[in-house]
Amino acid sequence: MSAVFGKRPRGRGLALHAVLVLGVLVSMFPFYWTVVMATNTTRDIYRDPPKLVFGTQLLVNIRRVLDNIDFFGSMGNTILVAVGTTALVLFFDSLAAFTFAKYQFPGRRFLFAVLLLTFMLPMQLALIPEFEIMVKLGWVGDLRALIIPSTANAFGIFWMRQYISGSVPDELLDAARLDGCNFFRQYLHVALPAIRPGLAFLGIYTFVGAWNDYVWPLIVLVNPDHITLQVALAQLNTAHSTDYSMVMAGALLALVPVVGAFVLFARNFMSGAIEGAIRG
Amino acid sequence: MTRLSGPRTGSGGGNAAADRRRSGRLRRVASFWPQYLAISPFYLIFLVFMLVPIVFSLYLAFTSWDGVGAIHFVGLRQFRFLWNDPTFWLALRNTLIIWVLGTVPMLCASLVLASLLNSTRRFTAFYRVALFIPSVTSLVAVALFFGAVFSNSFGLVNVILQHLGLGTVPWMSNSWTIKVVIALLMSWQWTGYNAIIYLAGMQAIPKELYEAAKVDGAGPVQTFFKITVPLLRPIILFTVIVSTVTGLQSFTEPQVLFGSSAAINPNSGGPGQAGLTLILYFYHQAFDNNDFGYGAAIAWAAFLVIMLFALLNWRIVARREK
Repeated sequence: MSAVFGKRPRGRGLALHAVLVLGVLVSMFPFYWTVVMATNTTRDIYRDPPKLVFGTQLLVNIRRVLDNIDFFGSMGNTILVAVGTTALVLFFDSLAAFTFAKYQFPGRRFLFAVLLLTFMLPMQLALIPEFEIMVKLGWVGDLRALIIPSTANAFGIFWMRQYISGSVPDELLDAARLDGCNFFRQYLHVALPAIRPGLAFLGIYTFVGAWNDYVWPLIVLVNPDHITLQVALAQLNTAHSTDYSMVMAGALLALVPVVGAFVLFARNFMSGAIEGAIRG
Repeated sequence: MTRLSGPRTGSGGGNAAADRRRSGRLRRVASFWPQYLAISPFYLIFLVFMLVPIVFSLYLAFTSWDGVGAIHFVGLRQFRFLWNDPTFWLALRNTLIIWVLGTVPMLCASLVLASLLNSTRRFTAFYRVALFIPSVTSLVAVALFFGAVFSNSFGLVNVILQHLGLGTVPWMSNSWTIKVVIALLMSWQWTGYNAIIYLAGMQAIPKELYEAAKVDGAGPVQTFFKITVPLLRPIILFTVIVSTVTGLQSFTEPQVLFGSSAAINPNSGGPGQAGLTLILYFYHQAFDNNDFGYGAAIAWAAFLVIMLFALLNWRIVARREK
């Protein structure tokens, strides 16, 4: 074997890692540079030569963000939407997925095919009438307009069904049935404990999506004092587009929770996302 | 079940039996009420917030409506207007150019990165996480970053170019470079994600195939094109379709990069409207100008374009299979 791994393969291995490290640097650079911008003054960054390392102005820049937008208010709204959506999605999607994965009932195949077809429908077709529905419901400018329409989604059910088929043993369900557990208690006592890792993936996936959502909040949150973080960030940029340090300090604050959550759960999240992509 | 084996077509005297059969089946279906209840939220939400709106928007595309007053049916007028609307064609061209610039090089880079990752065992966990992070990053924040770095005056990119003696580029005001910046943004966000997906597909390819190829004297490039790419075709197809659908629906990138007060700004989508995409144009017409009829017409036109290109790509990738 040692003859095979001679000098040339080692050189090739080095080149291989050089390319990969370059890829990582490109991926990571925006985060580094965001921090550099957020910790310096705009004048120090936008000169020639610019400052390339972290500075000491972070708190000053953050203070100015807080002065210009209702940061904590919009962050509170975002948290409310993201947590509310995630909780409801986890419950409704896992319950529906459990039903599709483990139960036979008339129309099951047809209903699941309908569910898969809804993947194909682009959201912009629904936007105008959906807005009108929100007007009729009196939910324009209200966080319910963000949470309720996304409480049950096709991707989550599809992904969870796959997951439950492989992780909830039929024998356990049969035993529970013999013990007199009805359908909902089987879900609660047998399925739920067995699918916790799957729920973790779907939870983070939903949370990240709700946190980063922009188009629909932009349309439906018409009251400028009652918006989510992403919309507030875009507003900050529109009003102060050349005050880069402040804008990037805002961006940094909005990024940290999601990127942090991702890094913590990276393994689980990535294998879940891959599963969803390859099966789909 | 034996009760169900009565006469198939209850003509004449079979009516009572058919009734009984129907009520029997109904009772059988009703006995599954917990299951139907469990899956009902999705279908309810889908019906109210997706299906009804989509059907209604098809109707709206044939009307004139400002969202407040009466809805006037105008037949094909909106689509005739669209056909003669130079801004629509500009937005279509912009969208297609941005999509090609933003997806073709990206998917190639993803393939290369994935095959590199697949041929090493060192630091792969680190590489995978680091490459994946851009895809979970807020698009608004990323757009703000790209706007700051590609700023015409003293943006980091221009400062570096100047120091290399290449001169500065008016990134945010030239019709082509605006598209390049948006395409770079898309590529940055999705290259790693697609690479990780490809990598998962490559790891499912049996090792024996590679060993056999090695025995036959095939080099790494040859194995890549003769084994990896063909066996990865279903996954490549998936990524191509997803990139087509999302790439042709780009909205947030130009909307954030070039500000949102577009109702009063004739240059929506940046100088020369070079970054105006179909969905951004739809958004302006519908929600800045309250022209819901025309907005719906643009949305349906965009939908047809997306479907057309998704099918076209499917045909191309699937045909190469032979």
